[in-house]
Amino acid sequence: MPNYRIHKTEYIDETKRVSFKYDGKTYFGYEGDTLASALLANGIHLVGRSFKYHRPRGIISCGAEEPNAICQIGSKKDLTEPNVRATELELYEGLEASSQNCWPNVKFDIGGINNFISPLIPAGFYYKTFMWPKSFWKKVYEPLIRLSAGLGKSPTEPDPDIYDHKYVHYDVLVIGGGVSGIIAAKMAAKNNLKTLLVDDKKILGGSTIYQNNESIKIDDKLSSEWLKNEIQEIKKLSNLTIKTRTSIAAYHGYNFLLAKENLTDHLPEEKKKNKIRQRLWKIRAKKVVIATGSIERPLVFNNNDRPGILLSNSINKYLDYYGVTCGENIILFTNNDSAYETSISLHKKGIKNIIVDLRKSASSELIKQAESLGIKIYFNHVVTNTFGYRKINSLEIMKLSEDGNTTVGNKIRLSCDCLGMSGGWTPMVHMHTQSGGKLDFRDEDQVFLPKENSDDQISVGSCNGDFDLENIIDKTVNKINKFLDIDNQDYQETNIICSKENDKRNIWLLPNKIPLGKTKCFIDFQNDSTAKDIKLALKEGFRSIEHVKRYTTTGMATDQGKLSNMHALGIIADTAGVKMGTLGTTTFRPPFTPLTFGTLVGRNVGKFFEVVRKTSMHEWHVENNAEFENVGQWKRPWYYAKNGENMHDAVQRESKAARDSAGILDASTLGKIDIQGTDASEFLNRVYTNAWSKLAIGKCRYGLMLNEDGMVYDDGVTTRISENHYLMTTTTGGAANVLSKLEDYLQTEWPELDVYLTSVTDHYSTASICGPNSKKILNKLFPNLDLSDENFPHMSFKEDKLENINCRIMRISFTGELSYEINIESKYGNSLWKMCIEAGNEFNLTPYGTETMHLLRAEKGFIIVGQDTDGTMTPSDLQMDWIVSKKKYDFIGKRSLYRSDTIREDRKQLVGLLTDDPKEILEEGAQIVSDIKSKPIDMLGHVTSSYFSPNLNKSIALAVVRSGKTMKGQKLIIPMENKNINVTVSDTIFLDKENKRLNA
Amino acid sequence: MFLINCPFCGERDQSEFSSGGEAHIVRPKQPTELSDDEWAEYLFMRKNIKGIQFERWNHVHGCRKWFNVVRDTSNDKILSVYKMGEKPPVNYK
Repeated sequence: MPNYRIHKTEYIDETKRVSFKYDGKTYFGYEGDTLASALLANGIHLVGRSFKYHRPRGIISCGAEEPNAICQIGSKKDLTEPNVRATELELYEGLEASSQNCWPNVKFDIGGINNFISPLIPAGFYYKTFMWPKSFWKKVYEPLIRLSAGLGKSPTEPDPDIYDHKYVHYDVLVIGGGVSGIIAAKMAAKNNLKTLLVDDKKILGGSTIYQNNESIKIDDKLSSEWLKNEIQEIKKLSNLTIKTRTSIAAYHGYNFLLAKENLTDHLPEEKKKNKIRQRLWKIRAKKVVIATGSIERPLVFNNNDRPGILLSNSINKYLDYYGVTCGENIILFTNNDSAYETSISLHKKGIKNIIVDLRKSASSELIKQAESLGIKIYFNHVVTNTFGYRKINSLEIMKLSEDGNTTVGNKIRLSCDCLGMSGGWTPMVHMHTQSGGKLDFRDEDQVFLPKENSDDQISVGSCNGDFDLENIIDKTVNKINKFLDIDNQDYQETNIICSKENDKRNIWLLPNKIPLGKTKCFIDFQNDSTAKDIKLALKEGFRSIEHVKRYTTTGMATDQGKLSNMHALGIIADTAGVKMGTLGTTTFRPPFTPLTFGTLVGRNVGKFFEVVRKTSMHEWHVENNAEFENVGQWKRPWYYAKNGENMHDAVQRESKAARDSAGILDASTLGKIDIQGTDASEFLNRVYTNAWSKLAIGKCRYGLMLNEDGMVYDDGVTTRISENHYLMTTTTGGAANVLSKLEDYLQTEWPELDVYLTSVTDHYSTASICGPNSKKILNKLFPNLDLSDENFPHMSFKEDKLENINCRIMRISFTGELSYEINIESKYGNSLWKMCIEAGNEFNLTPYGTETMHLLRAEKGFIIVGQDTDGTMTPSDLQMDWIVSKKKYDFIGKRSLYRSDTIREDRKQLVGLLTDDPKEILEEGAQIVSDIKSKPIDMLGHVTSSYFSPNLNKSIALAVVRSGKTMKGQKLIIPMENKNINVTVSDTIFLDKENKRLNA
Repeated sequence: MFLINCPFCGERDQSEFSSGGEAHIVRPKQPTELSDDEWAEYLFMRKNIKGIQFERWNHVHGCRKWFNVVRDTSNDKILSVYKMGEKPPVNYK
């Protein structure tokens, strides 16, 4: 097996050998490697196939910008993870990784045929091709696209890992631990500011930490040695927290940032167990220093995507940090000085290399150094083509014309096994723009730079366009002193020798003799968009950068165009003949690199996903086979399946028992609001449609609450407990909103009212007993209470004790039966329930759930707000004009009840429906029509509630129908998939119109 | 994510609050006297300003108090907070 690890470095622990599997084969690396560096050490460049053309692709970078080396990690159904960048994944014992987007394997990939038919699949191919014939979409195109869409495989079972969230507050947050970040953090922390420094890598130091060029020095030391000292220094600072393996995902307003800390991704399987995998930090910082650095740009030329073609600086890092050379015969292709650092490093390690430089000449100290080492330099030359299928084996260069627009002279063919590209540097302005910052464009080296416009956020170092050490250190120190309003002198005497110059010959699309249509000059490596695609988009009329991006999919892959966006912009600007700075950029959206869903949800999974509210009687319901229904956050018994009944049978049994003898419902979840104050009656007058002033103490009244737009909002019974004390009940789901709405009116519109509202929903448990035998059961529970109709009539309230515990008893009914609601302090709820059940035993007291409750109230035509109403129903639409006071001058929503729209007679109105076949049960939500012949069919309304009533032995339904009030007796049709159901419009009350049962 | 300085509780995270839309829209004292158009103006019409906006917020997961906020919608900076019933600061007109 080849070994490209050619020397020892302090970052690789050669005493700790690590074995890992890649595409099923076992390899070895060392502790300190990334998956990418370990693969390169084993001579592996080819790591994947491109998305569209399935071209062989190799590792191109050494960091977050990597578009090609994305892997599937692990093979377990619950733990596998797609799209992991090999350049960031630290190697661990037992790591299993595989390449993506290729079949049957990465070396021989069937999809590679796309490469040869590429002239047939240009930009916008999908939009152009899949338009016709229309019938092909569902059966041919969509399945085909779905088959080829996506990269990698998602896990198919729940993620067993633990994730965590943490909130922190700091005076200063420094993003990025390179030279400028370390200086900023030190200055802030030494000035007594509580500081957090985060860096996405395992160690601090950025790209300077492995810098070993003798001509780049700080205080007469190698810049890396100087920086190591600085890092030792800052580690001693007590008010500086350093978080490595932590990357900022998002920068929101008010300096609120999200960071992802990787805690176990670098550990072997057995050490990951029971540990938090990733932690999401929610950071509030008074000030933020952005020191995120810059990434190297590729160059755009024909076949610039072959395995073995990397960014020049990445070759340098693999060599000096990981001890790995990317080849033995390397060519560096550059338009600026930084490739020379790589060249000199390679030369020092005995790796043969030559330089192709776009510039006509250059004369910095660094270049002189390279020249003196005898490194061959082709100035004013351009790479025009590369060769080699699975890995580059040679390339062609040509001389550039004077203006740089064409090539001249003869092709020179050079053999190589690796090519390094350097198109200069792109400042990472993501954080700045995410925070709301704008950008300026610097023409001389064609970079977008942060425009300073904020007191609480600043960019320093190369993310601010300062690329050489001298500039980085001087400017960072000055800016931080000003930004933090401090006077730090630590770096006044620092002596920096840089040896590099900034000149650069920027050509976005390099010239070639071959017509563009026949070239493959890749811009976005992951989404396979080329210079040709961009030009085609412009030719077809796209102008906005955001449109070109979407049409060509440039920058839309998992790497979000970190390497490609600038080139796309540059080529657009050149083609359209405008200045690049005037085009703007696409939006830099969070997250900077992909986040796992686990990190985002943290601990809120499984039973912690949402708050669950249970009543005091919950355990009894569970023990008695209740099926539960979620109502808001509440768990309510839906029905009690006795002896293995199904839902229908249970509901029929419960409904029958409640009317024949007695039923009991857990009504604890109804919202309860305690209303007190001298203006309580007046307040109720204003919020309900009916009048409240004359309600006697000890009496109850049903109320309907509207929104200001006149639409029914909530309903419930309110009891007057004493002169200035009411207890309001609301619907279960509406409780919080009703309280919030009432508070709004009290605090903002009617602050003069002396009224206090308190939510007491959780304070009381409620058992509701109904049915002809309910009075007998109550009598057993409360033998001293006079239950006669004279003393305790319908819609009234009494207090009594149950074994010395106070109970509030309301005689109110939602079923139409004689009915009592017993309220008791929640902690006694379960005991109350059990006592009721025991007392009711001889009367077949049957517990019933929400479904039976719905059925019983529907028999009586009582509405459920939210089921029979949908926010567009007025009281009149519900045939409830009786509850709207004509006398009251004002209440919430009153004025809206006679707007031109609300008085329309053809509004949808609540009606009853009876099916011609009494056994036929309608589907809730089904549409209602009167004529199915004339098209388009006129929709008159829909079914809102539908049940089979065991008490009436027929199907009943409530519905909203246009002009329904005038349609009683009329025949309508419910068209269903296989049949049309004939129905007759009826009254909404199906049972006991005379309300005799209330006093049975 | 805003930091909102509740006039009763102090600075809290935005997630504790809910927004109640435009401030200083007074419910008409005599709704019955209004035409449909005038009532619709109160009921439905809201400004959507780029720049300085007066709005209502509720510390719904805190003290449950409503209060007013002056916010520049172009950069989300909250310029002032004041209690219900207090006069809006004049310097932001």
